[in-house]
Amino acid sequence: MIEIRTSALRESKPHEYLLRFLFGGLCSLLAGLVAKRYGPEIGGLFLAFPAIFPAGASLIESHERRKKRAIGKDGTLRGRMAAASDAAGAALGCVGLALFGWTLWQLLPRLHSALCLVLASLVWLVITPGLWELRRRRFLARRCRGRSKVSG
Amino acid sequence: MQESLYRFLLGGTLVTLFAMLADVLRPKSFAGLFGAAPSIALATLTLTIVHEGRTAAALEARSMVPGALGFLVYAAMVSWTLRRWKTSTLWTTVLLMPLWFVVSFSTAGLFSMATAR
Repeated sequence: MIEIRTSALRESKPHEYLLRFLFGGLCSLLAGLVAKRYGPEIGGLFLAFPAIFPAGASLIESHERRKKRAIGKDGTLRGRMAAASDAAGAALGCVGLALFGWTLWQLLPRLHSALCLVLASLVWLVITPGLWELRRRRFLARRCRGRSKVSG
Repeated sequence: MQESLYRFLLGGTLVTLFAMLADVLRPKSFAGLFGAAPSIALATLTLTIVHEGRTAAALEARSMVPGALGFLVYAAMVSWTLRRWKTSTLWTTVLLMPLWFVVSFSTAGLFSMATAR
């Protein structure tokens, strides 16, 4: 089940959000500069550059470790496994990211720009969670088959 | 100069908003989807459309496809390495970064040849 925990926002410190803002801003700036210097074909590649990914994944590891340390456990391994799950999700999200780019590439020469951005975002919003749900169902079905083999 | 400032502010804001969204969502594998959200792409492409027109923006969007493939291979490799070797997240994510360059640039070359035909 997908849950929303607003209390998780309190786990991140203000400087962690500032770090993400700076990384995001610098990355957008870099993509723009590369596009200006080397053309849109090379610049476009950097629109899918995982620049903020190391910072985000490391923050996940440190948050999990901090939570476990608060109850007297080490938490390093738990933190790394949480970061691994996050990375697996990001890999799935990349399919949506590629489709977002593909949709814009196909539609921009034909339709109004704002409409293209809305449609491409919708493609991402529908495809990405859809793929995640598909993977979850396959995982659950495999686990059920495994259990019935053990009990049978 | 002004365009660069807009780019920085818009990119930073969108990345922070998507990161906040990922923070509140559970399970982690679902929240991870937002790690590959088109936040930087939305900011950059919007400004490219405004300043350089739709043709340049469409070309940038086309290049996102091989870029995203590079990201996919990189993220999958990070996940596998962390599970298999239980290494430090920061070192794993940084040291595997060249994988993105190799996959993205080589796929972009092949992609250009295929779409040019």
